[in-house]
Amino acid sequence: MTEIGLGHYLSLGAIIFFLGVIGIFLNRKNIIVILMSIELILLAVNINLISFSIFSGDILGQIFTMLILTVAAAEAAIGLAIIVVYYRNRGSIRVEDIHGMKG
Amino acid sequence: MIVHSIFFYFFSVIAIFSSLMVITSRSTINSVFFLILDFISVGCLFIMVGAEFLGMILLIVYVGAVAVLFLFVVMMLNVAEQKQSWFIGKKSTHIPTGLIVSTLILLELLVVVGGWKYKEDLMSSSTLLLSEISNTHQLGLVMYTDYILYFQLAGIVLLLAMIGAILLTFRERVGVKKQSYLNQISRDPSNAVELIEVKSNQGVKVDD
Repeated sequence: MTEIGLGHYLSLGAIIFFLGVIGIFLNRKNIIVILMSIELILLAVNINLISFSIFSGDILGQIFTMLILTVAAAEAAIGLAIIVVYYRNRGSIRVEDIHGMKG
Repeated sequence: MIVHSIFFYFFSVIAIFSSLMVITSRSTINSVFFLILDFISVGCLFIMVGAEFLGMILLIVYVGAVAVLFLFVVMMLNVAEQKQSWFIGKKSTHIPTGLIVSTLILLELLVVVGGWKYKEDLMSSSTLLLSEISNTHQLGLVMYTDYILYFQLAGIVLLLAMIGAILLTFRERVGVKKQSYLNQISRDPSNAVELIEVKSNQGVKVDD
């Protein structure tokens, strides 16, 4: 219990991943919270990669983490730009109002 | 070692609580604040486990740029009237499916955690963690040599994201006076200045 190992970090990553997936499904408000849930999922992936990198003694996982951080930042910027344009055109970003593709 | 575990449980409880609050809090601005708290506690965990550079990157880039970007967008858009609609309105039909899928994902990830075992001898690799140089130094030694292509491609991804975000949110406003550099630099004296011979006591008729 007091010895913190790889399993503790992986469990933390699993729980945050789970909360992110739940946040995508249960969301009834606006689509910004969905983007934040995606950020949570990417953060959980980063926790997994870094803990494997530290506990197996290889720095490659930290390099992958850095690439994931880059892609996550780009994704947040593009996603927020799309949300701003959508709000400008439609006047609402509620999840239930977004049904233009009948999906 | 006991201090390490106390700090681990402290930061991870804060991280889990704040990510729970991100997905359940009623107003969007509170979600953004809890997202910032989540990033900070996970960044402290990274620093604690030995990845100082990435922990600092998480604090600087994520809290300083991405979370503030979320904050700006939430402030720009009018989402205040929607904050009461968490339990009101028609029920979404895919909540049970979502719960089942996400619980299965959690169970699968925990099964992986339980079944993980170290191999006795690790594979030989050129990117092993060394103890005599710092984490940042080591990351630079690998990233700027073997993985320089991925580093450059990450830069291109950021450039494309910047161009895409500007292009998406750009709109031409009518009725705004703008500077035209092409007109300015293509002026020449022959059509810009006119020399007029002024006769005494007659003045000059200047066309308006």
